[in-house]
This record gives sequence, structure tokens and C-alpha cells, in this order.
Amino acid sequence: MTGLYDEIQEVRRRYPPGTRSAVMPALRLAQERRGWLSREALEEVADALELTPAYCYSVASFYDMFHLEPVGRHTVEVCTNVCCGLVNAQAVLDAFERELGIEPGETTADGEVTLRAVECLGGCSTPTIVAIDHRYRQSVTPDDVPAIVEGLRDAG
Amino acid sequence: MPDSPVLVLAGAEEAPLLELDAYRAAGGYLQLERARAMPPPEVTQELIDSNLRGRGGAFFPTGRKASFIPSPDKVAKPIYVTVNADESEPGTFKDREIMLRVPHRLIEGCLIAAHAVQSKQVYIYVRGEYLAEYETVQAALDEAREAGILADVEIVIHRGAGAYICGEETGLLESLEGNRGQPRSKPPFPAIAGLYASPTLINNVETITTMPKVLELGPKEFAEIGVPPDSTGTRIFCLSGNVRRPGPYELPHGITARHLIEDVGGGVPDERSLKAVMMGGSSFPVMTPDDLDTPLDANSLGQKGYFIGSGVVTVIDDRTCIVQFALRVAQFYMHESCGKCTPCRVGTRWLVQLLRAVEAGTAAERDLDLLLDVCDRIIGKCLCVLGDSAAMPVASCVTKFRGEFREHLEHGGCPFGGDSQLDGLFAPSDQHVRGREALA
Repeated sequence: MTGLYDEIQEVRRRYPPGTRSAVMPALRLAQERRGWLSREALEEVADALELTPAYCYSVASFYDMFHLEPVGRHTVEVCTNVCCGLVNAQAVLDAFERELGIEPGETTADGEVTLRAVECLGGCSTPTIVAIDHRYRQSVTPDDVPAIVEGLRDAG
Repeated sequence: MPDSPVLVLAGAEEAPLLELDAYRAAGGYLQLERARAMPPPEVTQELIDSNLRGRGGAFFPTGRKASFIPSPDKVAKPIYVTVNADESEPGTFKDREIMLRVPHRLIEGCLIAAHAVQSKQVYIYVRGEYLAEYETVQAALDEAREAGILADVEIVIHRGAGAYICGEETGLLESLEGNRGQPRSKPPFPAIAGLYASPTLINNVETITTMPKVLELGPKEFAEIGVPPDSTGTRIFCLSGNVRRPGPYELPHGITARHLIEDVGGGVPDERSLKAVMMGGSSFPVMTPDDLDTPLDANSLGQKGYFIGSGVVTVIDDRTCIVQFALRVAQFYMHESCGKCTPCRVGTRWLVQLLRAVEAGTAAERDLDLLLDVCDRIIGKCLCVLGDSAAMPVASCVTKFRGEFREHLEHGGCPFGGDSQLDGLFAPSDQHVRGREALA
């Protein structure tokens, strides 16, 4: 199994030498491997790209999908923009809050699931869109929520 | 309406057209062959003659944009093609359909565009949330590469990480260069100094994917579809909201909003009535019911102060409080403002605060004028269009639904009393506020 350092060097070759374009894919790789972008993870990325950890932090902090705090092993992301909102996204979010016992932005006490409200996911014709570990579930209603959460718990 | 041709999604009406062999059987990559046999300026000329215009929202003439790219013998730098697949405009889901259903046509379009501007390097910037879309395009790309279709052109898919502003072309370039995605001031325009300060052609996914069809039909025939001379070809209209049959519908420019909503979409369900339409995307003025017969082409919409944007038609019925709608839209732009310039960074926060006060019934009549004043101090005064995008819909709601705003003030709160569809809708910006409180 190759290490993060080698994977980042591989990604770097997609871009012209001397550019910083590999920062985002490198941060993504680090997050996939380490779970979130801790100080140590940012230092690993910085080392592999010959940049400073501060620079990597400044980039990571700009984007919603980079986590600068620990997150659960699973993520539940509910679209609450207007198109889903018009077709009851709030009730779906409420159902996840009840089922998981947490509020949006929080992680369950066992560290398993993070619940987030997110902006438009681009699935407006099949509301409400919920991304479970980044895979879209379409036309989710509050009634679907218990089974989805159970599925996540079973997946471990 | 004459028979409506399906161009961009042709061959994928029933099932996605994913495999290379199937795409080739449907005539795929033939136009690339034809294009490569032509001198590059002739390909650009066909795009100019077709009057294909940008489907990302700005509606800029695609061929003209390509013609701004200097020829390689005039510059000592590489020339880049960048595809904007950072689709994030609320209500928009057309580029996603293209990536999931006709990925090879997107790749064919990339290679035609690369030939037109004599570029050897293409980057497709795919929205970070679009995982299945990325995988589908990557699989098609691997297949095309294996089959030798790329020839001496390299295509790299670069994934975003959650930032609406990276759909703005210079924000996208900054992000692709490994920076925070904050827009640049223009000029210089990307055609002169874009990616790595090199000449760069940037096109939206739908625009690029239309190119093979422009060549297949020929520019003359393509330009007869829709509403010539300015709104040629088809659009993948994104129909959503309170409508019976929401979905992506590829139809020619010039159909009316009423036809799309009532005939194609089956109308408003639950015996409710239509109150407003989010037309073009959430970045634009809302449409009122009296304008439903407006043809959906740039000029007809423009005459009434609307925009075609990214083809969004979101139906809002009479169960929705328009103040809540304006507030949720404003919250989106506040969340997505990159913070680089003051009118947007500060103005979007003002809009949210004022709209919250109206919704709570604690605002006064003068605050409605203040809302319009804040909008006026944002529009046209920012580095990029994100500020305008926040202010235009809010200003349109205040102007067109002033009576309903006033009712909130007179009523001391929302007259819907909690029954509006958007009541209490949680926004991601609330989540961040909570995070900061937790840290304190």
C-alpha cells in the first residue's frame, strides 16, 4: 500500500511543474486517509508539496468540504436550499435530528455520524436530496429517515 | 412550437449513453474527426456562425470568446481549455444530467474546443459534491484515452471542494491554481491571462457539450432552432419546486414559462396557485404570474427585466412566504460570499439582518427602503457578480411583493403564522454561527 506522500506525488504530476494546483487533491487525499485535516495532516500535505502548513490551512479553510475538526465516520448532508425547501426539506432535516439525537453541525457521541445542512446539491427535480457519505439519495421524505439511519449503523 | 429537437441529451432519452461503443454507434466522435480535419479558425467560425452562447448564465457568444484566444505562434505560453462543471447555482441540475447521461459527448466537446483554440491541455473543474458525476466522466475519459481518441491532448478532471464562488470563472481559475477561490479583477480576461497567466478558454459543461451538435447540424441549421438570431439552439431547462412533473427538459429557446410549467410540468399540484417563479436561478429577479407568457429567450426575458441564467424555472406556490424566500436566498449568498470585496461581504449580511427583522415583524417601513438602498449599494459595485446575485432577487421581492412585506410589519410577524413552506428553513450559515458559539 502506497503512503500519502507517494499518492500526493502522483497527483502532482497532473499539473505543470512549479504550480500549487495539487493542493486541493492532496488535501482531499489526506482527509480521506486521516478522517479530517488535523494539524498533523496539514503538515503531511505541506511536506509533500513543499508548501507551508499555514498555506494549506488557508486553502482548506475556504472550502466547505474540508474538515478542520473531527467528523463522524459517516456524513449525512441534507439540502436546505429553496428548491428542496419548497418540498419539505425542513421536515427531513428535523427527522434526522430526532433519529440521530443531534443538531446540524454536530456528530453523534459515538463518533459515527455527522449531520449537516448544506446548500443546493443540484438534485432539485427529486427533492429532498440527502447525501449519505457523498452518495445522493433522491426524493427523501421524513418516513425514509429511520431506515437510512439504521443502514448507516449497520454499515458500522 | 415546431417539433422540439433533442441535441445535448440525444441518444440518452431512455437510458444513459455511457459506453464508448454505444456513443460511437450514435454518431459519437464523428464531429471531432471532422473538426480535426479543419483548420482551427474554421471550427471557431462555425461556432460564431451558430451563435451558440454560454449556458452557464452569462450567455456570452461562445465562438467570439474562442476567437479572443491568441494563436500559439503569437504567445510563448501554453493555451488551456477549462470546463466549468462547478454547477452550484440553486435550482440548476443540467450539467449533472449531462455528466451522468452523455459523458462522451462532453469529452468530444472538450476535444473540439481544444482543437479550435489549439490547446493541448484541458481541465474539467467538477463540483466537489458531484461524486457519481466525477466517476462517470472519469470512466468515459479513461475509455476515450484507451481508444486513442485524445491523441496529443490531455484532459484532467479537477475536483472542487464546496464553494459556490468557484463557478465564477476567475474564482475557478484561482481554485484550479491551488488558491482560495477568490475572483480576480478583470481585465485581464482569461482569454489573455487565465490559468497560470496563460490564454485560457472557459466554457460551461452544457455549452461545450452542445459543440458536437453545432458541427453535426451545421451552424446554419443550428441557428434556426430556438429564437434566432440571439437565442439559438436548445436549453436543458431545470424545472423544480411546486410542480407536478419536475425534471430536466431539453427544449428550444422561446417556449414560454407557462408552457413549460403547465403543459410539460403538469402545473401546480394540490390545487394551489402559482405565486412566483425563480427564473434563471436564485441570482436573478423573481418572475410574477403576469409574465408567465414570456418566451424563454434572452431578449424576451431581458425586455421584462428577467434573465435566462442557467435555465432554472422553480415554481413557488401561494403557500410560500416571499419574505422567507428572500431571506433564504440572501442567506445562501452570505454563506458563499468569498469576503474579498466589501459591498458583498458586508452587504449580504445586512440583507440577511434586515430580512430577519421583517420576518420577525420588528422592522419598520423605512427598513424596506433601506433594503432596496443596500441592494443598490451592492449592484454593479463588486469585483464579481456574486453581490449582484444576492441583491437582484431580494430587490425584486421587495419591489414586486411590497404589500406582503408590509403585512409583516403591520402584523408584527409573518402573516402565514408558521404555515409557509419555507417556515423556519435551516440554512448552513446557521450551522456555522452555532459552531462559533460552541467554541466561545
